[in-house]
Amino acid sequence: MREITYRQALNEALFEEMERDKNVFLIGEEVAEYNGAYKVSQGLLDKFGPKRVIDTPISENGFAGMSIGAAMVGLRPVVEFMTFSFSLVAFDQIVNNAPNMITMSGGQLHVPVTFRGPNGPAHTLGATHSHATESLFANFPGLKICTPATPRDAKGLLKTAIRDNNPVLVLECELLYSVKGLVEDEGEELLIPLGSAEVKREGSDVTIICYAQTVPMALNAAEELSGMGINAEVLDLRSIRPLDLDAILASVSKTHRVVVAEQDRPVCGIGSEITYQIQHHIFDELDAPILRVAQEDVPMPYNELLEIAVLPNSEKIVNAVKRVCNL
Amino acid sequence: MGKEAKNDEIDILFQMLLIRRFEERASQQYQQQKIGGFCHLYIGQEAVVSGTVAVLRPDDYIITAYRDHGHALARGTSADACMAELFGKATGCSKGLGGSMHFFDVKNHMYGGHAIVASHVPLATGMALASKYKDEDRVTVCYLGDGAINQGSFHEALNMAGLFELPVIYIVENNQFAMGTHVKRSIPMDKIVDRAKGYGMKSAVIDGMDVRAVIKDFTPIVEDVRKNKQPWFIEAETYRYRGHSMSDPATYRTREELEKRKEQDPISKLQSDLIKEGKLTQEKFDEMDKKAKKISLDSVAFAEASPQPPLDELYNYTYYAEETK
Repeated sequence: MREITYRQALNEALFEEMERDKNVFLIGEEVAEYNGAYKVSQGLLDKFGPKRVIDTPISENGFAGMSIGAAMVGLRPVVEFMTFSFSLVAFDQIVNNAPNMITMSGGQLHVPVTFRGPNGPAHTLGATHSHATESLFANFPGLKICTPATPRDAKGLLKTAIRDNNPVLVLECELLYSVKGLVEDEGEELLIPLGSAEVKREGSDVTIICYAQTVPMALNAAEELSGMGINAEVLDLRSIRPLDLDAILASVSKTHRVVVAEQDRPVCGIGSEITYQIQHHIFDELDAPILRVAQEDVPMPYNELLEIAVLPNSEKIVNAVKRVCNL
Repeated sequence: MGKEAKNDEIDILFQMLLIRRFEERASQQYQQQKIGGFCHLYIGQEAVVSGTVAVLRPDDYIITAYRDHGHALARGTSADACMAELFGKATGCSKGLGGSMHFFDVKNHMYGGHAIVASHVPLATGMALASKYKDEDRVTVCYLGDGAINQGSFHEALNMAGLFELPVIYIVENNQFAMGTHVKRSIPMDKIVDRAKGYGMKSAVIDGMDVRAVIKDFTPIVEDVRKNKQPWFIEAETYRYRGHSMSDPATYRTREELEKRKEQDPISKLQSDLIKEGKLTQEKFDEMDKKAKKISLDSVAFAEASPQPPLDELYNYTYYAEETK
């Protein structure tokens, strides 16, 4: 193991998969000559050339659709959205063509495409550039969605996504790109299955279910809570679709109390589904109502203080845990 | 390398006849409520797909919008599989999961059947990108309607096809109407084909009511794309005799206009040309027509007798299950 950044981890995943399979190529805005808006594709053009690292005009709907078309006839495109806020311009292609093709064609076609890029609020980008899109896309059967929170998960999930024969969204986090973490050595194959959650911190009193940006928040909250005598388990979903329901139910059956910390908005958010699933399957295991920590239900304000007020954070998670633990 | 293109005029005449008789039968079945959803008929436009497909190699890719029955039939999908798809049966060309607007026959390189206007134009462009990427000499043909040229995805895709020099031919089947909106009410220019200039693309206008003209004009274009890997933009002037869909009485045009257009009927034209040239007799034509009608009628019996898609397979077509290669 060695310590690398989340950005380097993604870069290594792309590098390794492009080296492994000549049908894998990267396409998007500024991915080639500019080396990526967030430098995730650094060095790929030099290594693989312009045929496999393709700069596009600003046409999200167009290049998303082109990639789906290329995937229909045997290539394995990796599409970079500069941010998933811009993926909304390509919504029709992502939700209408990518996942529906297998059904509409009666199983004759499948679409092995990966859509990746930063998702969720970053810092003072305002309403249009701060979208957490996971609950939008999670509504569509046929898509798979993963949400890496650590460099190790970023590398392992992206590599698996590229090898998957279905459309997969890899929702990264801009605020995590420079965060470091331990990852297997280069040359050591790292594949993390889609649909497998991971206990990031073991605990016995309460389960904090989280993903993406809320994972570091939950870990901080758990540290603070341990000082108050609460031993919190932190369960990182890692994938939204498929959802690792077994891991959720196992953890909740152990702790009997739950807080869902999500980076999206509250109405029809990821936590709505998780909360439903828990009460549906193991209602009797619950010792307290489930609480959710999500964004406030407003378009994102630009002002920094207001943005802080809108976003989930460790303090909000601590307060929610205290409530479900009757403290 | 694919096989040689099939280009016999008697075969092409039969192809057009089969599309027409099949759709007349489909129309009747729709009225009897055997077919659900939307059903858009191609009647009147047969020369466009019959002529262009006759020029293509069997391994070239084609993709189209929702008025797609003729495209599947022209590509070799059986009338049985087409009618069964309209009936939603398991034996349909998309196993009853696609319906009228989503005909697929990948074995015959027919990639749909796409019902969001112009959403397939980027797909076609990506298929052509894949051919270039793999260094194949395959051509992709993307059929679209005149209504599709005002969608953003059309613009984005054609811009990139021009920029990346992709081996794709966009054929706008200009049947004059986007549903009820005449093309004059949707673009601020005289000719659709002028759009090609903005994408640095070669272009041509072809007479989509004359299958011989389609073949003559399309042949060198396909050769050029195959050899020089450059996109083309074609406006095929044509006309649909029926409404936009089965539920459209087409009150936005006059009966006189329709009758005048029918004077240029592509089937009648080739029929009379071939008879005049001594290559066809009326008796032979009647025999061909009878055969087309019988195939269409038999396809209804086939669809009727076919099983419904099994309920226990409902979840089998959501994710591709095979392990990663």
